[in-house]
Amino acid sequence: MALLDVRQITKTFGGLVAVDNLTFHVDEKQIVSIIGPNGAGKTTTFNMITGAYRLDGGEIYFDGQPIHTKSSQQIVKAGIARTFQNIRLFKSMRVIENVLIGCHIHTSYGFFDAVFRTPRFREAERRAHQRCVEILESLDLAQYMDEDAKNLPYGLQRKIEIARAIATDAKLLILDEPAAGMNPQESEALMDFIFSLRDAGYTILLIEHDMSLVMNISDYIYVCEFGKLIAEGTPDQVASDPRVIEAYLGKGGAYE
Amino acid sequence: MKQKRFDLAGFAGRYKLPLLLVLLAALAAVPFLGLSSYVVRVFCMVFTYSILTISLNFVTGYLGATSMGHASLYCVGAYVGALAATRAGCNIWVSLVLAVLVGCLAGGLLGVCTIKLSGSYMTVTTLAFAQVVTMVAKNWTSVTNGTLGIKDIPKARLLGAELTVRNGGMYFVGLGLLILCLLFSSMVIRSKYGRAFIAVRDDELGARMMGLKTRNYRLLGTVISGALAGLAGCYYAYLTGYIDPVTFSFDISMTILTMAILGGLASLPGSIAGAAILTVFPELLRSLDVYRYLFFGFILVIMMRLRPQGILGSVKAARYTLPKGVLRPAAAMEQGKEGT
Ligand SMILES: Nc1ncnc2c1ncn2[C@@H]1O[C@H](COP(=O)(O)OP(=O)(O)OP(=O)(O)O)[C@@H](O)[C@H]1O
Ligand SMILES: [Mg+2]
Repeated sequence: MALLDVRQITKTFGGLVAVDNLTFHVDEKQIVSIIGPNGAGKTTTFNMITGAYRLDGGEIYFDGQPIHTKSSQQIVKAGIARTFQNIRLFKSMRVIENVLIGCHIHTSYGFFDAVFRTPRFREAERRAHQRCVEILESLDLAQYMDEDAKNLPYGLQRKIEIARAIATDAKLLILDEPAAGMNPQESEALMDFIFSLRDAGYTILLIEHDMSLVMNISDYIYVCEFGKLIAEGTPDQVASDPRVIEAYLGKGGAYE
Repeated sequence: MKQKRFDLAGFAGRYKLPLLLVLLAALAAVPFLGLSSYVVRVFCMVFTYSILTISLNFVTGYLGATSMGHASLYCVGAYVGALAATRAGCNIWVSLVLAVLVGCLAGGLLGVCTIKLSGSYMTVTTLAFAQVVTMVAKNWTSVTNGTLGIKDIPKARLLGAELTVRNGGMYFVGLGLLILCLLFSSMVIRSKYGRAFIAVRDDELGARMMGLKTRNYRLLGTVISGALAGLAGCYYAYLTGYIDPVTFSFDISMTILTMAILGGLASLPGSIAGAAILTVFPELLRSLDVYRYLFFGFILVIMMRLRPQGILGSVKAARYTLPKGVLRPAAAMEQGKEGT
Protein backbone atom coordinates (compact mmCIF):
# COMPACT_ATOMS: atom_id res chain seq x y z
CA MET A 1 0.00 0.00 0.00
CA ALA A 2 1.24 3.45 -0.86
CA LEU A 3 2.19 5.75 2.01
CA LEU A 4 0.70 8.74 0.25
CA ASP A 5 -2.14 8.20 -2.14
CA VAL A 6 -3.40 11.23 -4.05
CA ARG A 7 -6.58 10.61 -6.02
CA GLN A 8 -7.93 12.94 -8.66
CA ILE A 9 -7.31 16.18 -6.79
CA THR A 10 -8.38 19.44 -8.33
CA LYS A 11 -7.80 23.05 -7.36
CA THR A 12 -9.11 26.10 -9.16
CA PHE A 13 -8.34 29.77 -8.54
CA GLY A 14 -11.17 31.72 -10.09
CA GLY A 15 -11.18 30.50 -13.67
CA LEU A 16 -7.69 29.03 -13.53
CA VAL A 17 -7.47 25.28 -13.01
CA ALA A 18 -4.14 25.08 -11.21
CA VAL A 19 -4.32 21.37 -10.48
CA ASP A 20 -6.54 19.26 -12.68
CA ASN A 21 -7.62 15.78 -11.66
CA LEU A 22 -4.14 14.81 -10.53
CA THR A 23 -3.50 11.26 -9.33
CA PHE A 24 -0.23 9.89 -8.02
CA HIS A 25 1.17 7.95 -5.12
CA VAL A 26 4.34 7.70 -3.09
CA ASP A 27 5.56 4.40 -1.74
CA GLU A 28 7.26 4.06 1.57
CA LYS A 29 11.01 4.78 1.74
CA GLN A 30 11.19 6.03 -1.81
CA ILE A 31 12.29 9.31 -3.28
CA VAL A 32 9.59 10.54 -5.61
CA SER A 33 9.84 13.74 -7.63
CA ILE A 34 7.28 15.96 -9.23
CA ILE A 35 8.64 18.00 -12.11
CA GLY A 36 7.11 20.35 -14.60
CA PRO A 37 7.45 23.84 -16.02
CA ASN A 38 6.72 26.99 -13.99
CA GLY A 39 3.08 27.30 -13.05
CA ALA A 40 2.41 23.60 -13.56
CA GLY A 41 0.67 23.42 -10.19
CA LYS A 42 3.38 21.63 -8.22
CA THR A 43 3.44 23.93 -5.22
CA THR A 44 -0.34 24.06 -5.26
CA THR A 45 -0.34 20.26 -4.99
CA PHE A 46 1.94 20.47 -1.96
CA ASN A 47 -0.30 23.08 -0.42
CA MET A 48 -3.25 20.75 -0.81
CA ILE A 49 -1.42 17.78 0.70
CA THR A 50 -0.39 19.83 3.74
CA GLY A 51 -3.82 21.34 4.30
CA ALA A 52 -2.88 24.90 3.36
CA TYR A 53 -5.54 24.78 0.60
CA ARG A 54 -8.88 22.98 0.62
CA LEU A 55 -9.46 20.61 -2.30
CA ASP A 56 -12.02 21.44 -4.95
CA GLY A 57 -12.25 17.77 -5.74
CA GLY A 58 -10.55 14.45 -5.07
CA GLU A 59 -9.11 12.71 -2.06
CA ILE A 60 -5.76 12.31 -0.34
CA TYR A 61 -4.88 9.32 1.81
CA PHE A 62 -1.88 9.06 4.06
CA ASP A 63 -1.07 5.74 5.71
CA GLY A 64 -4.55 4.58 4.72
CA GLN A 65 -6.31 7.50 6.42
CA PRO A 66 -8.03 10.34 4.58
CA ILE A 67 -6.23 13.62 5.25
CA HIS A 68 -7.90 15.98 2.81
CA THR A 69 -10.58 16.73 5.40
CA LYS A 70 -8.09 17.50 8.14
CA SER A 71 -6.46 20.73 9.34
CA SER A 72 -2.77 21.46 8.80
CA GLN A 73 -2.17 20.73 12.46
CA GLN A 74 -3.71 17.29 12.20
CA ILE A 75 -1.78 16.58 9.02
CA VAL A 76 1.52 17.46 10.69
CA LYS A 77 0.59 15.22 13.58
CA ALA A 78 -0.26 12.42 11.17
CA GLY A 79 3.34 12.56 9.91
CA ILE A 80 3.74 14.89 6.96
CA ALA A 81 6.10 17.85 7.16
CA ARG A 82 7.27 20.17 4.47
CA THR A 83 9.73 22.82 3.43
CA PHE A 84 8.90 25.84 1.32
CA GLN A 85 9.89 27.08 -2.11
CA ASN A 86 10.69 30.49 -0.66
CA ILE A 87 12.24 29.61 2.67
CA ARG A 88 9.92 30.20 5.59
CA LEU A 89 12.19 29.99 8.59
CA PHE A 90 11.33 32.09 11.63
CA LYS A 91 13.84 34.79 10.90
CA SER A 92 14.42 36.32 14.29
CA MET A 93 14.67 32.97 16.02
CA ARG A 94 17.84 31.01 16.49
CA VAL A 95 18.45 27.82 14.58
CA ILE A 96 17.71 25.66 17.60
CA GLU A 97 14.53 27.60 18.32
CA ASN A 98 13.37 27.03 14.77
CA VAL A 99 13.89 23.31 15.21
CA LEU A 100 12.11 23.49 18.58
CA ILE A 101 9.07 24.84 16.77
CA GLY A 102 9.19 21.65 14.74
CA CYS A 103 9.05 19.71 18.03
CA HIS A 104 6.25 21.91 19.28
CA ILE A 105 3.39 19.48 18.69
CA HIS A 106 5.20 16.85 20.76
CA THR A 107 6.13 19.18 23.61
CA SER A 108 3.24 18.53 25.91
CA TYR A 109 2.73 20.63 28.99
CA GLY A 110 0.19 23.24 29.97
CA PHE A 111 0.34 26.94 30.64
CA PHE A 112 0.49 26.48 34.40
CA ASP A 113 3.34 24.00 34.05
CA ALA A 114 5.27 26.73 32.25
CA VAL A 115 4.46 29.50 34.74
CA PHE A 116 5.31 27.38 37.79
CA ARG A 117 8.17 25.47 36.18
CA THR A 118 6.74 22.09 37.21
CA PRO A 119 8.71 18.85 36.82
CA ARG A 120 6.49 18.06 33.87
CA PHE A 121 7.62 21.30 32.21
CA ARG A 122 11.29 20.63 32.90
CA GLU A 123 11.13 17.10 31.61
CA ALA A 124 9.23 18.00 28.43
CA GLU A 125 11.57 20.91 27.68
CA ARG A 126 14.63 18.81 28.38
CA ARG A 127 13.39 16.10 26.06
CA ALA A 128 12.50 18.54 23.28
CA HIS A 129 15.89 20.25 23.47
CA GLN A 130 17.70 16.92 23.58
CA ARG A 131 15.90 15.80 20.46
CA CYS A 132 16.62 19.02 18.61
CA VAL A 133 20.29 18.87 19.50
CA GLU A 134 20.41 15.30 18.21
CA ILE A 135 18.71 16.25 14.95
CA LEU A 136 21.10 19.16 14.45
CA GLU A 137 24.09 16.94 15.20
CA SER A 138 22.93 14.25 12.83
CA LEU A 139 22.63 16.82 10.04
CA ASP A 140 25.97 18.45 10.85
CA LEU A 141 24.24 21.68 11.78
CA ALA A 142 25.03 21.73 15.49
CA GLN A 143 27.65 24.45 15.17
CA TYR A 144 25.00 26.87 13.95
CA MET A 145 22.51 26.28 16.75
CA ASP A 146 23.02 29.71 18.34
CA GLU A 147 22.75 31.73 15.14
CA ASP A 148 19.68 33.62 14.10
CA ALA A 149 18.18 31.85 11.10
CA LYS A 150 18.24 35.01 8.99
CA ASN A 151 22.01 35.36 9.30
CA LEU A 152 22.84 32.06 7.62
CA PRO A 153 23.55 31.46 3.94
CA TYR A 154 20.81 30.18 1.72
CA GLY A 155 21.98 26.58 1.47
CA LEU A 156 22.15 26.24 5.24
CA GLN A 157 18.73 27.79 5.66
CA ARG A 158 17.31 25.11 3.38
CA LYS A 159 18.92 22.40 5.49
CA ILE A 160 17.56 23.95 8.65
CA GLU A 161 14.09 23.91 7.16
CA ILE A 162 14.56 20.20 6.61
CA ALA A 163 15.79 19.80 10.20
CA ARG A 164 12.69 21.59 11.41
CA ALA A 165 10.50 19.30 9.32
CA ILE A 166 12.26 16.24 10.72
CA ALA A 167 11.66 17.51 14.24
CA THR A 168 7.93 17.06 13.76
CA ASP A 169 8.61 13.28 13.65
CA ALA A 170 7.28 13.17 10.13
CA LYS A 171 7.44 9.98 8.07
CA LEU A 172 6.97 11.83 4.83
CA LEU A 173 9.08 14.88 4.05
CA ILE A 174 7.91 17.01 1.20
CA LEU A 175 10.54 19.36 -0.13
CA ASP A 176 9.66 22.21 -2.47
CA GLU A 177 12.67 22.99 -4.66
CA PRO A 178 15.34 22.29 -2.05
CA ALA A 179 18.15 22.98 -4.54
CA ALA A 180 16.82 26.35 -5.67
CA GLY A 181 19.56 28.95 -5.47
CA MET A 182 22.29 26.40 -4.79
CA ASN A 183 25.48 26.10 -6.79
CA PRO A 184 26.40 22.71 -8.34
CA GLN A 185 28.58 21.70 -5.40
CA GLU A 186 25.88 22.58 -2.91
CA SER A 187 23.24 20.72 -4.83
CA GLU A 188 25.50 17.69 -5.07
CA ALA A 189 25.90 17.77 -1.30
CA LEU A 190 22.14 18.15 -0.99
CA MET A 191 21.71 15.02 -3.05
CA ASP A 192 23.85 12.98 -0.68
CA PHE A 193 21.92 14.51 2.17
CA ILE A 194 18.57 13.45 0.71
CA PHE A 195 19.91 9.95 0.12
CA SER A 196 20.96 9.79 3.74
CA LEU A 197 17.46 10.81 4.79
CA ARG A 198 15.99 8.03 2.70
CA ASP A 199 18.43 5.56 4.24
CA ALA A 200 17.40 6.77 7.67
CA GLY A 201 13.87 5.67 6.86
CA TYR A 202 12.18 8.81 5.60
CA THR A 203 9.99 8.87 2.55
CA ILE A 204 10.60 11.88 0.35
CA LEU A 205 8.43 13.70 -2.11
CA LEU A 206 10.15 16.52 -3.87
CA ILE A 207 9.65 19.24 -6.42
CA GLU A 208 12.78 20.18 -8.26
CA HIS A 209 13.87 22.04 -11.35
CA ASP A 210 17.48 20.89 -11.18
CA MET A 211 17.31 18.07 -13.73
CA SER A 212 20.60 16.43 -12.92
CA LEU A 213 19.52 16.22 -9.29
CA VAL A 214 16.11 14.83 -10.15
CA MET A 215 17.42 12.27 -12.60
CA ASN A 216 20.06 11.02 -10.20
CA ILE A 217 18.03 10.91 -7.06
CA SER A 218 14.50 9.82 -7.88
CA ASP A 219 13.07 6.34 -7.67
CA TYR A 220 10.05 7.57 -9.57
CA ILE A 221 9.08 10.78 -11.34
CA TYR A 222 5.77 12.42 -12.14
CA VAL A 223 5.68 15.12 -14.80
CA CYS A 224 2.99 17.81 -14.73
CA GLU A 225 2.00 20.52 -17.12
CA PHE A 226 -0.90 22.92 -16.64
CA GLY A 227 -2.03 20.99 -13.60
CA LYS A 228 -2.27 17.69 -15.46
CA LEU A 229 -0.10 14.65 -15.27
CA ILE A 230 1.57 14.19 -18.66
CA ALA A 231 4.02 11.42 -17.89
CA GLU A 232 5.39 9.25 -15.15
CA GLY A 233 7.99 6.58 -14.66
CA THR A 234 11.56 5.93 -13.67
CA PRO A 235 14.13 8.61 -14.54
CA ASP A 236 15.12 6.76 -17.71
CA GLN A 237 11.58 6.34 -18.89
CA VAL A 238 10.75 9.97 -18.23
CA ALA A 239 13.90 11.27 -19.89
CA SER A 240 13.04 9.53 -23.14
CA ASP A 241 9.32 10.32 -23.09
CA PRO A 242 8.47 12.52 -26.07
CA ARG A 243 5.71 14.36 -24.18
CA VAL A 244 8.20 15.39 -21.52
CA ILE A 245 10.71 16.55 -24.08
CA GLU A 246 7.99 18.56 -25.73
CA ALA A 247 6.85 20.10 -22.43
CA TYR A 248 10.36 21.15 -21.55
CA LEU A 249 11.83 22.07 -24.90
CA GLY A 250 8.82 22.84 -27.02
CA LYS A 251 7.71 21.05 -30.18
CA GLY A 252 10.56 19.80 -32.30
CA GLY A 253 13.09 20.21 -29.52
CA ALA A 254 15.59 17.49 -28.75
CA TYR A 255 16.68 16.15 -25.43
CA GLU A 256 20.38 15.66 -25.10
CA MET B 1 39.14 39.41 11.54
CA LYS B 2 36.50 38.86 14.13
CA GLN B 3 35.31 41.99 15.74
CA LYS B 4 34.99 41.69 19.50
CA ARG B 5 31.88 43.33 20.82
CA PHE B 6 30.61 43.66 24.31
CA ASP B 7 28.04 40.92 24.86
CA LEU B 8 25.56 42.79 27.06
CA ALA B 9 23.08 39.95 27.40
CA GLY B 10 25.85 37.44 28.03
CA PHE B 11 27.34 39.70 30.70
CA ALA B 12 23.98 40.19 32.41
CA GLY B 13 23.41 36.45 32.26
CA ARG B 14 26.72 35.60 33.87
CA TYR B 15 26.35 38.01 36.80
CA LYS B 16 22.61 37.65 37.05
CA LEU B 17 22.32 37.01 40.77
CA PRO B 18 24.64 39.71 42.14
CA LEU B 19 23.27 42.25 39.67
CA LEU B 20 19.73 41.44 40.69
CA LEU B 21 20.51 41.64 44.40
CA VAL B 22 22.18 45.03 44.08
CA LEU B 23 19.31 46.31 42.01
CA LEU B 24 16.71 45.02 44.45
CA ALA B 25 18.54 46.45 47.45
CA ALA B 26 18.78 49.83 45.73
CA LEU B 27 15.09 49.76 44.84
CA ALA B 28 14.09 48.72 48.34
CA ALA B 29 16.06 51.63 49.80
CA VAL B 30 14.37 54.33 47.72
CA PRO B 31 11.45 55.09 50.07
CA PHE B 32 13.86 55.50 52.99
CA LEU B 33 16.00 58.14 51.34
CA GLY B 34 13.76 60.93 52.52
CA LEU B 35 12.62 61.77 48.98
CA SER B 36 9.54 63.90 48.56
CA SER B 37 6.33 62.01 47.97
CA TYR B 38 6.26 63.56 44.52
CA VAL B 39 9.41 61.67 43.61
CA VAL B 40 8.12 58.45 45.14
CA ARG B 41 4.95 58.85 43.11
CA VAL B 42 7.03 59.13 39.94
CA PHE B 43 8.57 55.79 40.86
CA CYS B 44 5.09 54.34 41.33
CA MET B 45 4.14 55.55 37.87
CA VAL B 46 7.28 53.95 36.46
CA PHE B 47 6.09 50.64 37.93
CA THR B 48 2.62 51.13 36.48
CA TYR B 49 3.91 51.97 33.04
CA SER B 50 6.44 49.15 33.14
CA ILE B 51 3.64 46.65 33.70
CA LEU B 52 1.60 48.28 30.94
CA THR B 53 4.51 48.17 28.53
CA ILE B 54 5.17 44.52 29.28
CA SER B 55 1.49 43.92 28.80
CA LEU B 56 1.52 45.65 25.42
CA ASN B 57 4.58 43.66 24.43
CA PHE B 58 2.64 40.42 24.58
CA VAL B 59 0.53 41.71 21.72
CA THR B 60 2.85 44.06 19.88
CA GLY B 61 6.34 42.83 20.74
CA TYR B 62 5.94 39.09 20.80
CA LEU B 63 2.94 38.59 18.55
CA GLY B 64 3.76 41.49 16.25
CA ALA B 65 0.31 43.10 16.20
CA THR B 66 0.51 46.84 16.75
CA SER B 67 -2.11 47.96 19.25
CA MET B 68 -3.00 51.64 19.42
CA GLY B 69 -5.73 51.14 21.98
CA HIS B 70 -3.92 49.65 24.89
CA ALA B 71 -5.27 52.22 27.33
CA SER B 72 -8.62 50.46 27.00
CA LEU B 73 -7.42 47.39 28.87
CA TYR B 74 -5.75 49.64 31.43
CA CYS B 75 -9.07 51.48 31.77
CA VAL B 76 -11.00 48.26 32.35
CA GLY B 77 -8.64 47.28 35.16
CA ALA B 78 -8.86 50.70 36.77
CA TYR B 79 -12.66 50.74 36.72
CA VAL B 80 -12.91 47.19 38.04
CA GLY B 81 -10.54 48.09 40.88
CA ALA B 82 -12.32 51.36 41.65
CA LEU B 83 -15.77 49.77 41.58
CA ALA B 84 -14.71 46.78 43.63
CA ALA B 85 -13.36 49.17 46.25
CA THR B 86 -16.15 51.76 46.33
CA ARG B 87 -19.21 49.61 45.62
CA ALA B 88 -18.34 46.17 46.96
CA GLY B 89 -15.96 47.25 49.69
CA CYS B 90 -13.22 44.91 48.50
CA ASN B 91 -9.69 45.45 49.73
CA ILE B 92 -6.86 46.10 47.28
CA TRP B 93 -5.80 42.47 47.06
CA VAL B 94 -9.25 41.19 46.14
CA SER B 95 -9.64 44.13 43.75
CA LEU B 96 -6.38 43.24 42.03
CA VAL B 97 -7.50 39.65 41.52
CA LEU B 98 -10.84 40.83 40.14
CA ALA B 99 -9.13 43.31 37.84
CA VAL B 100 -6.86 40.58 36.49
CA LEU B 101 -9.83 38.28 35.87
CA VAL B 102 -11.91 40.92 34.14
CA GLY B 103 -8.75 42.03 32.31
CA CYS B 104 -8.45 38.47 30.94
CA LEU B 105 -12.02 38.70 29.68
CA ALA B 106 -11.48 42.11 28.11
CA GLY B 107 -8.24 40.93 26.51
CA GLY B 108 -10.03 37.82 25.29
CA LEU B 109 -12.76 39.96 23.77
CA LEU B 110 -10.18 42.10 21.99
CA GLY B 111 -8.52 38.88 20.85
CA VAL B 112 -11.74 37.48 19.44
CA CYS B 113 -12.40 40.75 17.60
CA THR B 114 -8.94 40.76 16.00
CA ILE B 115 -8.17 37.09 15.58
CA LYS B 116 -8.72 36.99 11.83
CA LEU B 117 -7.06 40.34 11.22
CA SER B 118 -3.49 41.34 10.70
CA GLY B 119 -1.45 44.45 10.11
CA SER B 120 -3.32 47.73 9.81
CA TYR B 121 -6.73 46.05 10.07
CA MET B 122 -5.82 44.75 13.48
CA THR B 123 -4.47 48.16 14.52
CA VAL B 124 -7.63 49.97 13.45
CA THR B 125 -9.70 47.46 15.39
CA THR B 126 -7.70 48.12 18.56
CA LEU B 127 -8.43 51.83 18.07
CA ALA B 128 -12.14 51.10 17.69
CA PHE B 129 -12.06 48.83 20.72
CA ALA B 130 -10.56 51.65 22.78
CA GLN B 131 -13.25 54.02 21.53
CA VAL B 132 -15.96 51.59 22.61
CA VAL B 133 -14.44 51.20 26.06
CA THR B 134 -14.22 54.98 26.49
CA MET B 135 -17.81 55.40 25.36
CA VAL B 136 -18.98 52.82 27.85
CA ALA B 137 -17.01 54.46 30.66
CA LYS B 138 -18.48 57.86 29.73
CA ASN B 139 -22.07 56.83 29.19
CA TRP B 140 -22.87 53.93 31.49
CA THR B 141 -23.46 56.47 34.19
CA SER B 142 -25.23 54.22 36.65
CA VAL B 143 -22.10 52.12 37.03
CA THR B 144 -19.15 54.28 36.03
CA ASN B 145 -20.53 57.64 37.14
CA GLY B 146 -19.92 58.92 33.60
CA THR B 147 -17.51 61.73 32.90
CA LEU B 148 -17.42 62.69 36.58
CA GLY B 149 -15.40 59.58 37.24
CA ILE B 150 -15.05 57.68 40.48
CA LYS B 151 -13.81 59.63 43.47
CA ASP B 152 -12.69 58.67 46.94
CA ILE B 153 -11.31 55.27 46.20
CA PRO B 154 -10.26 54.06 49.65
CA LYS B 155 -6.59 53.70 50.51
CA ALA B 156 -4.99 50.28 50.30
CA ARG B 157 -4.45 48.54 53.60
CA LEU B 158 -2.23 45.77 54.83
CA LEU B 159 -2.75 44.27 58.32
CA GLY B 160 -4.69 47.34 59.35
CA ALA B 161 -2.04 49.80 58.27
CA GLU B 162 -2.77 52.27 55.49
CA LEU B 163 -0.49 52.01 52.49
CA THR B 164 0.22 55.40 50.98
CA VAL B 165 2.79 56.99 48.73
CA ARG B 166 4.08 59.02 51.69
CA ASN B 167 4.80 56.00 53.89
CA GLY B 168 6.21 54.01 50.96
CA GLY B 169 3.48 51.37 51.14
CA MET B 170 2.18 51.96 47.61
CA TYR B 171 5.77 52.03 46.37
CA PHE B 172 6.31 48.51 47.63
CA VAL B 173 2.96 47.29 46.31
CA GLY B 174 3.92 48.63 42.88
CA LEU B 175 7.40 47.16 43.03
CA GLY B 176 5.97 43.82 44.15
CA LEU B 177 3.44 43.76 41.32
CA LEU B 178 6.12 44.61 38.78
CA ILE B 179 8.37 41.83 40.05
CA LEU B 180 5.45 39.40 39.93
CA CYS B 181 4.64 40.50 36.42
CA LEU B 182 8.28 40.12 35.34
CA LEU B 183 8.56 36.64 36.81
CA PHE B 184 5.32 35.55 35.19
CA SER B 185 6.23 37.04 31.83
CA SER B 186 9.71 35.61 31.67
CA MET B 187 8.39 32.14 32.56
CA VAL B 188 5.86 32.39 29.74
CA ILE B 189 8.33 33.81 27.26
CA ARG B 190 10.98 31.22 28.03
CA SER B 191 8.70 28.30 27.27
CA LYS B 192 7.03 26.80 24.24
CA TYR B 193 4.44 29.57 24.53
CA GLY B 194 6.99 32.31 24.04
CA ARG B 195 8.54 30.45 21.12
CA ALA B 196 5.13 30.02 19.57
CA PHE B 197 4.37 33.75 19.93
CA ILE B 198 7.54 34.70 18.13
CA ALA B 199 6.99 32.09 15.44
CA VAL B 200 3.51 33.51 14.83
CA ARG B 201 4.99 37.00 14.63
CA ASP B 202 7.73 35.98 12.21
CA ASP B 203 5.52 33.91 9.91
CA GLU B 204 2.00 32.98 10.88
CA LEU B 205 1.36 30.69 7.93
CA GLY B 206 4.72 29.01 8.45
CA ALA B 207 3.83 28.43 12.10
CA ARG B 208 0.51 26.92 11.12
CA MET B 209 2.24 24.59 8.71
CA MET B 210 4.43 23.38 11.57
CA GLY B 211 1.30 22.29 13.41
CA LEU B 212 0.82 25.31 15.68
CA LYS B 213 -2.70 26.42 16.43
CA THR B 214 -1.77 30.00 15.74
CA ARG B 215 -5.13 31.52 16.62
CA ASN B 216 -5.03 30.01 20.09
CA TYR B 217 -1.66 31.63 20.66
CA ARG B 218 -2.86 34.99 19.44
CA LEU B 219 -5.81 34.72 21.77
CA LEU B 220 -3.57 33.69 24.65
CA GLY B 221 -1.37 36.72 23.97
CA THR B 222 -4.26 39.16 24.21
CA VAL B 223 -5.64 37.46 27.33
CA ILE B 224 -2.27 37.74 29.09
CA SER B 225 -2.01 41.31 27.90
CA GLY B 226 -5.46 42.09 29.31
CA ALA B 227 -4.61 40.48 32.63
CA LEU B 228 -1.44 42.51 33.10
CA ALA B 229 -3.04 45.76 31.96
CA GLY B 230 -5.88 45.05 34.39
CA LEU B 231 -3.36 44.66 37.17
CA ALA B 232 -1.73 47.97 36.32
CA GLY B 233 -5.11 49.71 36.08
CA CYS B 234 -6.27 48.54 39.47
CA TYR B 235 -3.00 49.56 41.08
CA TYR B 236 -3.29 52.98 39.48
CA ALA B 237 -6.84 53.43 40.79
CA TYR B 238 -5.66 52.78 44.36
CA LEU B 239 -2.59 54.95 43.84
CA THR B 240 -4.46 58.08 42.79
CA GLY B 241 -7.80 57.54 44.50
CA TYR B 242 -9.62 59.06 41.54
CA ILE B 243 -10.22 57.95 37.96
CA ASP B 244 -12.30 59.23 35.08
CA PRO B 245 -12.62 58.25 31.40
CA VAL B 246 -10.24 61.00 30.25
CA THR B 247 -7.41 59.41 32.26
CA PHE B 248 -7.29 56.57 29.72
CA SER B 249 -7.21 58.55 26.52
CA PHE B 250 -5.58 57.87 23.18
CA ASP B 251 -2.50 59.75 24.49
CA ILE B 252 -1.95 57.02 27.05
CA SER B 253 -2.20 54.32 24.38
CA MET B 254 0.40 56.15 22.33
CA THR B 255 2.63 56.67 25.36
CA ILE B 256 2.63 52.95 26.12
CA LEU B 257 3.34 52.10 22.50
CA THR B 258 6.20 54.61 22.41
CA MET B 259 7.65 53.17 25.60
CA ALA B 260 7.60 49.68 24.09
CA ILE B 261 9.26 50.82 20.89
CA LEU B 262 11.83 53.03 22.60
CA GLY B 263 12.80 50.31 25.07
CA GLY B 264 12.92 47.71 22.34
CA LEU B 265 10.03 45.51 21.28
CA ALA B 266 9.83 42.01 22.76
CA SER B 267 12.26 42.81 25.55
CA LEU B 268 11.26 42.70 29.21
CA PRO B 269 14.19 44.82 30.44
CA GLY B 270 13.52 47.08 27.47
CA SER B 271 9.94 47.55 28.61
CA ILE B 272 11.15 48.83 31.95
CA ALA B 273 13.80 51.03 30.37
CA GLY B 274 11.27 52.55 27.98
CA ALA B 275 8.71 53.11 30.72
CA ALA B 276 11.27 54.62 33.08
CA ILE B 277 12.72 57.01 30.53
CA LEU B 278 9.40 58.21 29.20
CA THR B 279 7.98 58.66 32.70
CA VAL B 280 10.96 60.39 34.28
CA PHE B 281 12.01 62.64 31.40
CA PRO B 282 8.74 64.54 31.09
CA GLU B 283 8.87 65.13 34.83
CA LEU B 284 12.43 66.43 34.70
CA LEU B 285 11.55 68.69 31.80
CA ARG B 286 8.45 70.13 33.40
CA SER B 287 10.15 73.52 33.65
CA LEU B 288 10.30 73.67 29.86
CA ASP B 289 6.52 73.65 29.83
CA VAL B 290 5.03 72.80 26.43
CA TYR B 291 8.47 72.93 24.78
CA ARG B 292 9.29 69.66 26.44
CA TYR B 293 7.16 67.88 23.85
CA LEU B 294 9.36 69.39 21.19
CA PHE B 295 12.46 68.18 22.97
CA PHE B 296 10.84 64.85 23.46
CA GLY B 297 9.91 64.34 19.85
CA PHE B 298 13.43 65.33 18.93
CA ILE B 299 14.93 62.64 21.18
CA LEU B 300 12.62 60.04 19.70
CA VAL B 301 13.50 60.93 16.13
CA ILE B 302 17.23 60.80 16.88
CA MET B 303 16.77 57.54 18.71
CA MET B 304 14.86 55.90 15.89
CA ARG B 305 17.51 57.07 13.49
CA LEU B 306 20.42 55.66 15.51
CA ARG B 307 18.87 52.59 17.04
CA PRO B 308 15.58 51.70 15.39
CA GLN B 309 15.32 48.42 17.26
CA GLY B 310 15.03 50.33 20.55
CA ILE B 311 17.42 50.64 23.47
CA LEU B 312 17.41 46.98 24.44
CA GLY B 313 15.71 45.53 21.37
CA SER B 314 17.32 42.50 19.75
CA VAL B 315 19.88 42.24 22.54
CA LYS B 316 20.58 38.53 22.69
CA ALA B 317 23.20 36.48 24.45
CA ALA B 318 25.65 35.04 21.95
CA ARG B 319 24.74 31.61 23.21
CA TYR B 320 21.40 29.94 23.63
CA THR B 321 20.94 28.54 27.13
CA LEU B 322 20.08 24.88 26.99
CA PRO B 323 17.97 23.47 29.82
CA LYS B 324 19.70 21.52 32.59
CA GLY B 325 20.52 17.99 31.55
CA VAL B 326 21.05 18.75 27.88
CA LEU B 327 24.66 18.76 26.82
CA ARG B 328 25.88 21.43 24.43
CA PRO B 329 27.02 19.67 21.27
CA ALA B 330 30.78 19.58 20.81
CA ALA B 331 30.45 21.33 17.45
CA ALA B 332 28.80 24.31 19.13
CA MET B 333 31.38 24.66 21.89
CA GLU B 334 33.41 27.31 20.11
CA GLN B 335 30.39 29.33 19.20
CA GLY B 336 29.89 32.67 20.83
CA LYS B 337 32.29 32.14 23.71
CA GLU B 338 33.21 35.77 23.93
CA GLY B 339 30.42 37.15 21.83
CA THR B 340 30.79 37.04 18.11
N1 LIG C 1 -3.16 31.46 -4.13
C1 LIG C 1 -3.28 31.53 -5.46
N2 LIG C 1 -4.21 32.33 -6.03
C2 LIG C 1 -4.33 32.39 -7.38
N3 LIG C 1 -3.59 31.69 -8.24
C3 LIG C 1 -2.65 30.88 -7.73
C4 LIG C 1 -2.44 30.75 -6.33
N4 LIG C 1 -1.44 29.87 -6.13
C5 LIG C 1 -1.04 29.48 -7.34
N5 LIG C 1 -1.76 30.07 -8.31
C6 LIG C 1 -1.62 29.84 -9.75
O1 LIG C 1 -1.71 28.47 -9.97
C7 LIG C 1 -0.78 28.05 -10.95
C8 LIG C 1 0.11 26.97 -10.38
O2 LIG C 1 0.98 27.57 -9.44
P1 LIG C 1 2.05 26.76 -8.60
O3 LIG C 1 2.67 27.69 -7.64
O4 LIG C 1 1.44 25.55 -8.05
O5 LIG C 1 3.09 26.39 -9.74
P2 LIG C 1 4.45 25.60 -9.60
O6 LIG C 1 4.31 24.38 -10.44
O7 LIG C 1 4.84 25.43 -8.20
O8 LIG C 1 5.44 26.59 -10.35
P3 LIG C 1 6.95 27.00 -10.01
O9 LIG C 1 7.81 26.00 -10.65
O10 LIG C 1 7.10 28.34 -10.63
O11 LIG C 1 7.08 27.03 -8.54
C9 LIG C 1 -0.03 29.28 -11.38
O12 LIG C 1 -0.62 29.75 -12.57
C10 LIG C 1 -0.26 30.25 -10.26
O13 LIG C 1 -0.27 31.58 -10.75
MG1 LIG D 1 6.31 26.08 -6.99
